[in-house]
Amino acid sequence: MIWLTWRQFRAQALMILGALAAVAAALAITRSGVADLHDVAGDQFPQAFAADSVYPGIYYVSAAAVYALPALVGMFWGAPLVARELEGGTHRLIWNQSITRTRWLATKIGVVVAITVVAGLVSLAASWWTAPLDAAINSGAEDSGFFSVTRLSGLLFGARGLVPIGFAMVAFAFGVTAGLLLKRTVPAMAATLIATIAMQVAMPLLVQPLLLPTEEKTLEITTDNMRGMRVSPGTDEILSIGVRLDDPGAWIVTNEIVDSKGQVATPLPLPKSCMPDEAGTAKVGPPANCAAAINDAGYRHHVVYQPADRYWTLQWIETGLLLVVAGALISFCFWRIRRDPA
Amino acid sequence: MSTAVRARDLGKRFGRRWALSDCNLEVPAGRVVGLVGPNGAGKSTLLNLAVGVLTPTTGSVEVLGSRPGAGPEQLARVGFVAQDSPTYGALSVEDHLRLGARLNPGWDESLAQARIARIGLDLHQRAGRLSGGQRAQLALTLAVAKRPELLLLDEPVASLDPLARREFMQELMEAVAEHELSVVLSSHLVSDLERACDHLIVLGESRVQVAGDIDDLLATHHRLTGPRRDPADLPAGQQVISASHTDRQTTLLVRTESPVHDPSWTVSSLDLEDLVLTYLRNASKQASAPTLEVLR
Repeated sequence: MIWLTWRQFRAQALMILGALAAVAAALAITRSGVADLHDVAGDQFPQAFAADSVYPGIYYVSAAAVYALPALVGMFWGAPLVARELEGGTHRLIWNQSITRTRWLATKIGVVVAITVVAGLVSLAASWWTAPLDAAINSGAEDSGFFSVTRLSGLLFGARGLVPIGFAMVAFAFGVTAGLLLKRTVPAMAATLIATIAMQVAMPLLVQPLLLPTEEKTLEITTDNMRGMRVSPGTDEILSIGVRLDDPGAWIVTNEIVDSKGQVATPLPLPKSCMPDEAGTAKVGPPANCAAAINDAGYRHHVVYQPADRYWTLQWIETGLLLVVAGALISFCFWRIRRDPA
Repeated sequence: MSTAVRARDLGKRFGRRWALSDCNLEVPAGRVVGLVGPNGAGKSTLLNLAVGVLTPTTGSVEVLGSRPGAGPEQLARVGFVAQDSPTYGALSVEDHLRLGARLNPGWDESLAQARIARIGLDLHQRAGRLSGGQRAQLALTLAVAKRPELLLLDEPVASLDPLARREFMQELMEAVAEHELSVVLSSHLVSDLERACDHLIVLGESRVQVAGDIDDLLATHHRLTGPRRDPADLPAGQQVISASHTDRQTTLLVRTESPVHDPSWTVSSLDLEDLVLTYLRNASKQASAPTLEVLR
């Protein structure tokens, strides 16, 4: 049965595994260069990385591959697994060999899950490749836009480590379930694509902040911890002030300006000392006494965040949660296949 | 004699439609059983219930004494070729044989190879590029080479031209004789089954209309022709299946165990096709009867 599963599945398997292998090869070839650049650039590594002609491209391609992996696995490996048999009527051939339906489904799922784990290694390869960048961010390297985003943030949390493998498992299980219920391959693939994207959007936005209790901090506003300011152009009111924690890789979930009573104060009036002077010093940021002026008026940063050192704990929790969902879907498939699935 | 298929109050509903209802059957083992009825009569439903691809809505079905599809042993005892002989289009003939060999402990490789050679299939040909007849033969080979005790075939010849039809049935009969199989095969044409079968089940309007050994059925059904009279006058033991009247003449189709002695009747025998069609006509009349009541 393993032979048959592989025989039926190898075309789709090799197509996706081939593409992932190409990505992994690019990562493997360039990794030592990234590490060398890290050693040379030190504190300036994110800027140096961003300025490189090759690395940002590889970074984007590998992140895209890791993000696309769950949808590909769900659509091309999960959805057709049972749907194609039901659609072509071949379930009536295979269910009448001397092997129970349960064992048939178990073998098919087992083989594809094993190959999905192999495919998921691309996520670990991408994490290994970006490790110098993550290390630089966590040790407080100079801010450099996109390449300074912490791996804990919702944007990147699903692109590194174990979480993508969890996503892929849920997408696969969903694809099998959709195929079993819809009995047609193409609608099952479409449903799987939609569900996978919805999951990848909903997890960081709705679920990830709830996985562990967050930390809270109220900080004085200083020139040192201030990271940019958004001012409404018409009214000269401050809309928000960026903040830098002394825990550089932390994921800031919310960042507000509060008044002395702890109430959200934005928008708040822009102090005179923050206005650009005649010489146009605003071009290089607000003058030094700007932060002090805001701080003296009783305003504070109020930050809700996840500390950087919880990264792996959160990875394991989220992956575990996803595997539970995948397991529940697969259990449903086994229950369903024993009934009247056709 | 043991029983190949036993159904008790078996029924299957799809949504609101009953595909099969009140089905009570005893199919003896060691026979070649024809399951005949028009399209949509419930033949496929009955066969799919018998192999466990479908589960009953009501009642129960036993195949060779066990619940269909109960486990690997039970699956090994029953061979099934589903309607349209499904095969894996992308897999070669050889792959199909390998599939059969790997998934069936009782697989008879020499039998499979010999059959494929006799039919003249190219081992490297993809199943998707075989003709309908070749595909049916490949599916039959898979089902026979697992060496089942009972072979169930759902409209095995429906997609075949007359020549392929005859060859297929011949192949089947040889396999049956060689391996002492019990067979149930369905068709909507009596002529497909007439030569091959020794037992007949007539399904119409999702119910069993009549079932029995073909010799018995032919020996107990008679066409009576005579002067016009009321069929209710007939002696007990003569069951009227159908009656038609002209102004002066009555033609009856009766079922009786004893010979007809009344000299006013001209007694003639029936062929199988007449017999089946009479039962099926009755079935569709009964099914539409409520509507007629309303119209009257």
